[in-house]
Amino acid sequence: MDTLIKIAYLVASTFFIFGIKFLASPKTARRGNLFSAIGMLIAIVVTLFDKHVLTFEWIIIGLIVGSVVGTIMAIKVPMTGMPQMVGLLNGFGGGASMLVALSEYYKIHLGTVKGLSFNTELTITIALSILIGAVTFTGSLIAFGKLQGIVTGKVVKYPGQHPLNLFLLILVVAGSIYFALNPELEWLILTVSGISLVLGVLLVLPIGGADMPVAISLLNSYSGLAAASTGFVLQNEQLIVAGALVGASGIILTNIMCKGMNRSLMNVVLGGWESAGSSGPATTTIKGNVKAVEAEELAMLFDAAENIIIVPGYGMAVAQAQHAVRDLFNILEAKGKNVRFAIHPVAGRMPGHMNVLLAEAQVPYDKLYAMEDINDDFPNTDIAFVIGANDVVNPAARHDKNSPIYGMPILNVDYAKTVVINKRSLNVGYAGIENELFFYPNALMYFGDAKEAVNKLVHELKNL
Amino acid sequence: MDGSLLMLIYVFVLAMFVGFELITKVPPTLHTPLMSGSNAISGITIVGALISAGLEQFTISTILGLIAVIFATINVVGGFLVTDRMLKMFKKK
Repeated sequence: MDTLIKIAYLVASTFFIFGIKFLASPKTARRGNLFSAIGMLIAIVVTLFDKHVLTFEWIIIGLIVGSVVGTIMAIKVPMTGMPQMVGLLNGFGGGASMLVALSEYYKIHLGTVKGLSFNTELTITIALSILIGAVTFTGSLIAFGKLQGIVTGKVVKYPGQHPLNLFLLILVVAGSIYFALNPELEWLILTVSGISLVLGVLLVLPIGGADMPVAISLLNSYSGLAAASTGFVLQNEQLIVAGALVGASGIILTNIMCKGMNRSLMNVVLGGWESAGSSGPATTTIKGNVKAVEAEELAMLFDAAENIIIVPGYGMAVAQAQHAVRDLFNILEAKGKNVRFAIHPVAGRMPGHMNVLLAEAQVPYDKLYAMEDINDDFPNTDIAFVIGANDVVNPAARHDKNSPIYGMPILNVDYAKTVVINKRSLNVGYAGIENELFFYPNALMYFGDAKEAVNKLVHELKNL
Repeated sequence: MDGSLLMLIYVFVLAMFVGFELITKVPPTLHTPLMSGSNAISGITIVGALISAGLEQFTISTILGLIAVIFATINVVGGFLVTDRMLKMFKKK
């Protein structure tokens, strides 16, 4: 039986691998997700035949409760709430890993299962599994809270922050090592669990809203590593393979997000741009005239344009303007314009955030271009229309060595013949710095809430 | 360190390489479904949770196992369903 179970786990792992492979194209992606789900089903079913699984009432209750809650969450969540949803799901995965490791500890500690005993390898992996699982759990809950607006989205800084985190980390590592050698100390592993939970809160709390893509990707990676470390506790290859795949995925995404901001992971984890948070909103330092434009005049400009690139940012998500943007896209296409979207890697609050919102509004995905694929086309573009993005289009990143965002790759919207920026006001972006783009001679400010402003523009275009 | 742990580390390292190879091929437009989908896969911890919740004797391990089953099932079911909901929307012209 054991051999059969192991073979079934191998089959399940193969399904996961093909599931991820099919995610390489939007055409096959849905089938890929189905493959992964089948792999999971196989893994769950064969585990019920494990020789240690003898009672089923708690399993059935757990499966039913979890399925109902999971289904409701998946159906109810609006597309704009997707970053929170992903954050929360990461947390549940991490929490489960921590609980399984603790459960395994008590199994041996209380002698529930005959013939099991502690050895150093096992106790080390238990401690590691608890540490990663706990940090993933509370860290994800804080990330969820920040994205949902329950916890402040600002960069949180307080005196002694880094020394405190370092102290707690040393405490956890030292406690884990001592526990590994003295596994009978129940209070010690519970203390390690407790401090790990606190550490998760403290590590994510300082991370500001616009850095969330990095945090979510990193927690995604942790949730995989937590599963893999639980696999080491249980000596289960299935958990290790699946956990490693997810861990790798999270690491790659984290890396892409960090590159998109030209920052090291350390810099993000330690919290915020250097100028942000402490100094407060920057005062206007750039002098010049800002040209504002109204919907009617803007409609005429769009009507005369040939090539148009729309640049969406987090402001579009906040205003829920994706459907209005789709209407704009449709009317411009109907007028025979070449309309494309340029998506910055860190636009929004998680990797691919803008793409999901625009897909929801039924904008065809082949009109969405990644930064490196479209950035050279801006000089041949009549209108670049920036909706709710700020720092990712700030030309200071290219030339101003004193700017905190210097070196960050940006969308070169200023190279377009005209760049129209929709914003609610002239306020600074997340990085807390002035955007000189607004004062460029080819820049036009189109003030207003993204949804209302774009709707007004569509209305005017229809009236032409 | 005995052979079995070394073998598990072996499996882990090789699986990481497979993961890196596969995921670098996922286009940016699918990064959100990639996250939620891989997130659902990390709910594989459910395998360990089931073994804990299904022990013969009812102990603290069973309680921890039960909560772990609930958490992991939310992760798995919610993750796969929401990913499917997203992927359904991706359409070409």
